Amino acid sequence: MQNSPPPFFQRGPSLVMRFALFSLLSLVFLVADARFNYLRLVRQGMAVMIYPLQRGAAMPWESFDRLSGFLAAQAELLADNERLRFQRLRDGAALQTQQSLEAENRHLRELLTLRERLPRETIPAEILFSHRDPFTRRVVVDRGSQNGVVEGSAVVDPTGVVGQVTRVFPWLSEVTLISDKEQAVPIQVVRSGLRGITFGTGYDHGLELRFMPVNADLQNGDVLVTSGIDGTYPPGLPVAVVANVERNVAYAFARIYCSPAAGVSGRGQVLIVASTDRLPPNPIREEELAARRAKREGN
Amino acid sequence: MLQGSMTGNGRPQELLLPVPSAYIAITLVAALVLNLLALPETVARLRPDLIALMLIYWVVYHPRRLGFLPAWALGLAMDVADGSLFGQHALSYALLMYLAILLHRRILMFGMLQQMLHVVALLLLSQAVTLVVRLAAGAEFPGGTYFVASLVGALLWPIVFTLLRLPLRPRTEAGAV
Repeated sequence: MQNSPPPFFQRGPSLVMRFALFSLLSLVFLVADARFNYLRLVRQGMAVMIYPLQRGAAMPWESFDRLSGFLAAQAELLADNERLRFQRLRDGAALQTQQSLEAENRHLRELLTLRERLPRETIPAEILFSHRDPFTRRVVVDRGSQNGVVEGSAVVDPTGVVGQVTRVFPWLSEVTLISDKEQAVPIQVVRSGLRGITFGTGYDHGLELRFMPVNADLQNGDVLVTSGIDGTYPPGLPVAVVANVERNVAYAFARIYCSPAAGVSGRGQVLIVASTDRLPPNPIREEELAARRAKREGN
Repeated sequence: MLQGSMTGNGRPQELLLPVPSAYIAITLVAALVLNLLALPETVARLRPDLIALMLIYWVVYHPRRLGFLPAWALGLAMDVADGSLFGQHALSYALLMYLAILLHRRILMFGMLQQMLHVVALLLLSQAVTLVVRLAAGAEFPGGTYFVASLVGALLWPIVFTLLRLPLRPRTEAGAV
């Protein structure tokens, strides 16, 4: 349209008008996305359209990986093999005791009439690439809604929690790493049983344990595992290790820095763990809704 | 290599073949793919926005060929691919188009080095818009290295200039005319 020659001197809207129109449109989109989370469908549609381009762009790096894997030295492979065999032996022994413990646990829970812990569905996935966006810490994995990935699932690797699935596309999904500034993980300190929430700092090697009182029972080297009270992360997965505790009486809270347990950057295989919706509804929310309903009826 | 492109931009303008619209489209899609290219983390932070560079080139050298709409749509595609806020790249490309159209006659008057200075200013401004949008949405300042990408982009300008012109050179072999 704009490429065809205009009839005589008619040149369409002026430059400033066009600029104003398109910036206004962008601003509307920005607000709709950031504030109200609309435009989900538009995003999904466009994601399907550029999926082939994304896969194509990820290919050189993938094939480089495959090639370097193919050219790995024999000695390296042998060492790897031996290490893995030993690890399997160790894990096997642990697994045997775990089975009996699981049975015992189930039995005890039955006796105490506690809710049974369900095994969760897991989907193995591979990290394809990380986003260019320097403001967030996110990676893209190669499984999507077509493979049964659900938004909100936890993502773990063999050493601990990696993050959470925040957007699902048909064949890809986006994982927000626990080091992202807006990602919170409910945790429990293994040593003291203290509960808290870690937040990302926006940098790869840093988490922050916020809202802990100055005299909280925490030491350097304390292991933090998921507490499981949110229903998203399965309980007992390692999240981070306390690296530094700053206690300043002038502030209400201590500043506690932790380093993540899992390798939260880079590439590799991860496991997507489906979240279970077996938590009872939030009572406060229910009350609020009931109050609102009563108010509406009163009017 | 750099020298060659500089002489190509001397005052007597080089005669080029007419640019087919398909060629412009192909270069823009290629820039999109290159932008999406998976790279190791350390290099990824330094890489420039190639789409922005292409947009500047086409607007400066062929100002009536590229409209706001394709640039804006490419911005939305970048937003989806990047997982950033929807409209963030679109806004920065709209600003880039406006400034590039406004300045294109001026930029054409200069040699390669001064053109690079203009390009770095345009790229920095478009990055600044993105930064303001993200800060308003609650993100944290990602550090000074954020702006290095624009400098790298300006350094790539002579290469982009030469490569984009390569297929448009008139053939001088026998039977060309």
